[in-house]
Amino acid sequence: MQRLRCLVRKEFLELRMNPRLLRLVVIAPILQLTMLGYAATTDVKNVPLVVADGDRSAASRELVARFEASPNFTVIDTVTAVNEIEPYLGRGRASLALSIPAGYGASIRSGRPVKVQVAADGTDSNSTTVALGYATSLIGGYAQELIDRAAAGPDTAPGRGAAAGPAIDARIRVWFNPQLESRHFMIPGVLALVLLIVTANLAAMAIVREKELGTLEQLNVTPLRRWELIVGKLLPYGLIALVDVLLVVAVAVLWFEVPLRGSFALLFGMSVLYVLSTLALGLFISTISDTQQQAMMTATFFFLTPMIYLSGFIFPIENMPAIIQPFTYLIPLRYFLVMVRGIFLKGIGLDLLWPQAAALGAWGVVVLALAVARSRKIAR
Amino acid sequence: MRKALAVYRKELRQILRDRRTLLILVFIPALFLLLYGYALNFDIRHIALAVDDRDGSPQSRAVVSAFVNSGYFDLVATTHSPVEIERLVNLNQARTVLVIPEGFGRDLSSGLQAPVQVIIDGDNANTATTVLGYASNLLRTVGAELAPPTAVRPAPLAVEPRIWYNPELRSTLFLVPGLIAYIGMITAVASTALSIVREKESGTMEQVRMAPIDTFSFIVGKTLPYFLISLASAALIILASMVLFGLPMRGNWLTLLLAVSLFLVGALGTGLLISTVAESQQVAFQMALLISLLPTIMLSGFIFPISGMPAFLQAVTYVVPARYFLVALRGIVLKGSALSHLGVPLLALTAYAAAMLTLASLRLSRERT
Repeated sequence: MQRLRCLVRKEFLELRMNPRLLRLVVIAPILQLTMLGYAATTDVKNVPLVVADGDRSAASRELVARFEASPNFTVIDTVTAVNEIEPYLGRGRASLALSIPAGYGASIRSGRPVKVQVAADGTDSNSTTVALGYATSLIGGYAQELIDRAAAGPDTAPGRGAAAGPAIDARIRVWFNPQLESRHFMIPGVLALVLLIVTANLAAMAIVREKELGTLEQLNVTPLRRWELIVGKLLPYGLIALVDVLLVVAVAVLWFEVPLRGSFALLFGMSVLYVLSTLALGLFISTISDTQQQAMMTATFFFLTPMIYLSGFIFPIENMPAIIQPFTYLIPLRYFLVMVRGIFLKGIGLDLLWPQAAALGAWGVVVLALAVARSRKIAR
Repeated sequence: MRKALAVYRKELRQILRDRRTLLILVFIPALFLLLYGYALNFDIRHIALAVDDRDGSPQSRAVVSAFVNSGYFDLVATTHSPVEIERLVNLNQARTVLVIPEGFGRDLSSGLQAPVQVIIDGDNANTATTVLGYASNLLRTVGAELAPPTAVRPAPLAVEPRIWYNPELRSTLFLVPGLIAYIGMITAVASTALSIVREKESGTMEQVRMAPIDTFSFIVGKTLPYFLISLASAALIILASMVLFGLPMRGNWLTLLLAVSLFLVGALGTGLLISTVAESQQVAFQMALLISLLPTIMLSGFIFPISGMPAFLQAVTYVVPARYFLVALRGIVLKGSALSHLGVPLLALTAYAAAMLTLASLRLSRERT
């Protein structure tokens, strides 16, 4: 215990001598929260739209006015012919083009069906899908209004028409996040990402640093036991990670007003479990790397990147093809994300989350065993 | 120039000795493209659907089969218990629940408006928005089919959507440029920064300082190997995506090379600048992550559209080089834009690269004297 205390003190001294690193591990989570809290939304606002109005009637202007009034679109220009929209989309000045054919107003008046065309720049298929969806539902809503207006007739007072509205009244309710705020989904995820970077990457680099400088040899000849060496090296990063947990939860709840519906104690407990398994991962990476550059590459390419993309952090797992989905079970972040989001947004407890907790624990034990087996070769 | 070449040779030898890093830098990006190209997409399908059909009429069954046959929803459970519904949603086993109340079919055939309840799990707001759109469109269509003809009027106005440049809206086509930017950031920024800080950490920087090498030769010699490696890696990614994912190449190869090179020079400059600030590799890595990697994912428009961000973050995106790189790359590869159309993004990339290199060399020469 005495020896362990000495090593932990040495680690903390080293951290203190490196005040930039300490500052960074506090600033980093805040910056990440800001980026993800504000930027991570696929809501599309102010989509630049160019209108090719071939009709130039009161009816066509009414439709264009709907787009102008919508916060989702900004009409940047109006031209008269369809072929004039090409340069707008080609140069990226507009992402969407609405073409109204000549004779549009006449068709609407006489009740003949008419088609308007919406062309979208498909190079950013993500926002395109969303923007096209907005445009379609805006025009759909406007069409419904035209039907209702025609049904009501010119003589009837508004609101008195029979059978107004669609045949099926869709009463849609969104649970847990009725305002559909993306940040309620993304911010709890930041917790998982921050902890992963602090524990896996930095801890791995801390151990490899001793290898690189040759001081690991010196530690090996001290009377330190192997487990003491491991625990001593990892403990400071575990503690920093726990401080980050408090920091991220505080900012999420107080600043971003993400509801914490479940128990904080459970959240903290699960974070400890997660930190233990990612520290094991850091140890494992350190045993397979000789330089810090290698450790960084291994951690970033083989662990961090797949975890960001394949854990359901940004891209939902259920959208992935069936061959890829089994691989996501190997990613500890997947389990932690389900738990964090479940505790934050759904307020569920261990009675429903125990399979995730068990999987995460098992993952940690396996990686720790692998790391210890490998580190035997290095340390004595 | 000879001095720069000497530093270059030393650096290259050091990289070549570290086989794993070299392999990771050159081949893994292309491999990852494969994985992510298949794995990632925003087309939301196979949404787990639970149904509580309390009506059991032909009409209500028609609504359910309209959902299932749409291809967007997978029926995972039928139940009549609200408790069971809550359990399914809490466990993420159902993302959407369709509740059809008693009397639905009767109301519909008598021309009344018939209510249907749809519950959507909103934890992922982005998916939920899309599901909401699918569900309301489906209900509108199926309602028009089921209601007696007298109650329905044909819609006077229809939309004909057209998608240019990427008609099948394949996510791969727009992910590839983003992945090149991301990988360029890892190799160029992080590796360069780490390789210089390593010299500081192990004390060999003193030796370099003593050697008769000027700042210019040092910068060129140190960054050239990483520039070449990143370029090779980018070329591999582009070739792989053309062969495997049918990425079209509609523009000019030379313009593409220019855009990639400008972006990489800017990234290398960032790496250099970080290395002059950071004292340890851990700090260098954290800084690289914060000022290059994360902004490249989050603030470049790679995944999240810039137009949806609040104004102060939109202002920040103007100094994220990946933002311009993505516009240039998508323009060249997918739209076949000529050099004259790409003036703004290319100039911005040049300005960024120049600023980074100037700052880095100023700091370096101050450090060296």
